[in-house]
Amino acid sequence: MELDSKIPSGPIADKWTKHRFEMKLVNPANKRKYDVIVVGTGLAGGSAAATLAELGYNVHAFCFHGSPRRAHSIAAQGGINAAKNYPNDGDSIHRLFYDTVKGGDFRSREANVHRLAEVSVNIIDQCVAQGVPFAREYGGLLDNRSFGGAQVSRTFYARGQTGQQLLLGAYSALSRQIGLGKVRMHVFKEMLDLVVVDGHAKGIITRDLRTGKIESHAAHAVVLATGGYSTVFFLSTNAKGCNVTAGYRAHRRGAAFANPCYTQIHPTCIPQHGDHQAKLTLMSESLRNDGRVWVPKKPNDPRRARDIPEAERDYYLERKYPSFGNLAPRDIASRSAKEACDNGLGVGSSKRGVYLDFRDSISRLGKDAISARYGNLFDMYQRITDENPYEVPMRIYPAPHYTMGGLWVDYNLMSTIPGLFVIGEANFSDHGANRLGASALMQGLADGYFVLPYTIGDYLARIPSTPITAGSEHAAAASEVTKQTEKLLSIDGKRSVDSFHRELGMLMLDKCGMARNEQRLKEAIEQIPAIREEFWENVSVPGSGAELNQQLEKAGRVADYLEFAELMCRDALMRNESCGGHFREEYQTADGEALRDDENYCFAGAWEYTGKGNSPKLHREPLVFENVPLAIRSYK
Amino acid sequence: MNFTLHVWRQKNVDSPGQMVIYPARDISPDSSFIEMIDVVNSGLAEKGEDPIAYEADCLEGICGCCSMTINGIPHGPGRGATTCQLHMRSFQDGEHIYIEPFRSAAFPLVKDLMVDRSSFDRIIQAGGFISVNTGGAQDANSIPIPKDDADLAFDAAQCIGCGACVAGCKNGAAMLFTAAKVAQLARLPQGQPERYRRVVHMVETMDNEGFGSCTNQYECEAVCPKEISVRYIAEMNRDYIKAKLCK
Repeated sequence: MELDSKIPSGPIADKWTKHRFEMKLVNPANKRKYDVIVVGTGLAGGSAAATLAELGYNVHAFCFHGSPRRAHSIAAQGGINAAKNYPNDGDSIHRLFYDTVKGGDFRSREANVHRLAEVSVNIIDQCVAQGVPFAREYGGLLDNRSFGGAQVSRTFYARGQTGQQLLLGAYSALSRQIGLGKVRMHVFKEMLDLVVVDGHAKGIITRDLRTGKIESHAAHAVVLATGGYSTVFFLSTNAKGCNVTAGYRAHRRGAAFANPCYTQIHPTCIPQHGDHQAKLTLMSESLRNDGRVWVPKKPNDPRRARDIPEAERDYYLERKYPSFGNLAPRDIASRSAKEACDNGLGVGSSKRGVYLDFRDSISRLGKDAISARYGNLFDMYQRITDENPYEVPMRIYPAPHYTMGGLWVDYNLMSTIPGLFVIGEANFSDHGANRLGASALMQGLADGYFVLPYTIGDYLARIPSTPITAGSEHAAAASEVTKQTEKLLSIDGKRSVDSFHRELGMLMLDKCGMARNEQRLKEAIEQIPAIREEFWENVSVPGSGAELNQQLEKAGRVADYLEFAELMCRDALMRNESCGGHFREEYQTADGEALRDDENYCFAGAWEYTGKGNSPKLHREPLVFENVPLAIRSYK
Repeated sequence: MNFTLHVWRQKNVDSPGQMVIYPARDISPDSSFIEMIDVVNSGLAEKGEDPIAYEADCLEGICGCCSMTINGIPHGPGRGATTCQLHMRSFQDGEHIYIEPFRSAAFPLVKDLMVDRSSFDRIIQAGGFISVNTGGAQDANSIPIPKDDADLAFDAAQCIGCGACVAGCKNGAAMLFTAAKVAQLARLPQGQPERYRRVVHMVETMDNEGFGSCTNQYECEAVCPKEISVRYIAEMNRDYIKAKLCK
């Protein structure tokens, strides 16, 4: 396997423009001869499917939900970044590029990030044209707010529901194309394998979740927009259905998986309350604009928050990072919260929580102003915890939220399997080792609206447009999928699928979570195969494969996680440094900050699957920083 | 807490369905309704029995997957919330809880508590969009929109497409769902060129899908987890009549 990133030559600001000219085009009359499969219809997949159809390609879009509007992009709250510089506060494409490279702790690919910053401005234009109701000023122009990791206000938002409004924008564009017959939408269908013919991706195998039918689909190219893998931790801020299956099965077919250990733990989530909890709820990072994070200075302080005087509170982010304060990037804010709780300063019944206090903003701006900004988030908090955050400080704790790792892609967003493109959270390229707030929506839409529609043409223009049908490779892959389904149904064990998922999640959170070390990672690499073995002997999947069977769906996803988790741990063990969301306890500065090793680890680590039971093989893509000089990432 | 659940079980749209009783024991009052069902389902799976099929995904009230009618009310007691945002502390210990799917002729049943709401998608496909291709959009700030209009458009745009409005309506009408999209786009300057064409196409599709008509009971607004106002139905009707008269 060779990793060729295909980064265009020339100055960083000209690469994308130059590349767009150099790429081959497909003649408008020929576009309809090409079939493209898009798996996943969130921000990345929905926008890509719509845009490809507008260009004239025949698009087949797939989602496992009953409607493309249900994808988890819908839950993003805070906002979307763009280098518009509307507030006139010194923003520029170069600054957004710089902030994102630095925010990613110098583990992303410069050329991709610059392109992301360039097209960010087009995204806002496109979304407004679609009727996305962004927040506005009284003068009728768009409003901006600030977000973690940036000192300018470049975040566009729609109350606390920006993801919903952007997804509904992409969904409306997609719906228009479905109505016009240019996109064939396949709902309730889950991709269970990728079909590779002569080294090129040529289709997928799906299971119809309603009837259980295993189906083959053929196309000239396949686009995966299947999101991230935070649910490997079982409890995360992701929707319950989020999973790694499509990406992992493509990995088994030859797509390299890059940086699986780069996971983001979001600092502002509602703490866990019990053993039966199904997920953790995120409170938007935007709350840190007006909320102050603190813990009592005295360990195990039994007093209520309101009774603790100012002098006995530690506003630890403001103390440790005076220039960014409460807006320190996510990885840093999360680790600081963990550190405070590890030192016995945590609050709430579980002692795994810190305060996020709005008292000062409410007295400065008034309750109405705070309610206008965060009303729905405050309501959500109150509904879940039964506490009123206008009266008492919120309690928050970090939770798994986003995964920067993903399938390796080149500058054209193509994986190591020609014809397989990967976009949005499912790929690895833009966020390095840590993603800044309000950048996920930006990347998903950048890939879907403005990058993939160009780059996929360059691939298609080089392959014949002869009609494509399912062949023997499709039949072979379909029969493997059928076999796995039958196997899962035949085990007839004693433990539920969820119990295995929960066990794996606890293990991963403990050993490959916010802080990792060599010993614990090695323990995990030993323990995961044992859980996997028990799963294949003792899982209970009732019912049949020829009907709606939600336990069967989950079982397939958990089976993949039981392999993938091991890859994550191996990646974390290989990377003997701390960077962004990957914090190895052995590698830290005297004051507890992440210690990078640029000499030995300034590369993207892409893993090749080498067969069941074999160790995966590491390939390195060196990362070169010519425009943002490698520096210690300081937010002090 | 302990509860007795009466759950609608139906294998598929062609088989007959019935209420089946299940105990739910040792449930934390802080559990969400979905977490409570998961506990029951894990027990069923471990006994080799078929767990209750239901849809729920984001568990924070935004994806619109959950579709349960609880004690006769879509999304259960508590205003402005979806099933997944409902907590067991809202119920009495020992209570009998009746759980059914969102029922409507236009939402064919898939299994148990799961229904097919693709009729909603077809209403959007008929016109719930602004016809603008990717690229070529003008600068976002070249279209100033008064804040009040933007806010009202946003209020309508919050619809999560769950279908509670239909399940709560004695006529099975989708007027609130359709009106929310029509009104959002009609409020915005970008939506003007297709305004009248859009409302006609969407309303006709809504009728063809088998949804009923509005008789002003406002049950839809009462059960809407996003508390979308029925005023948008009036706005849609006005635009529809205008479109028909001017044709």
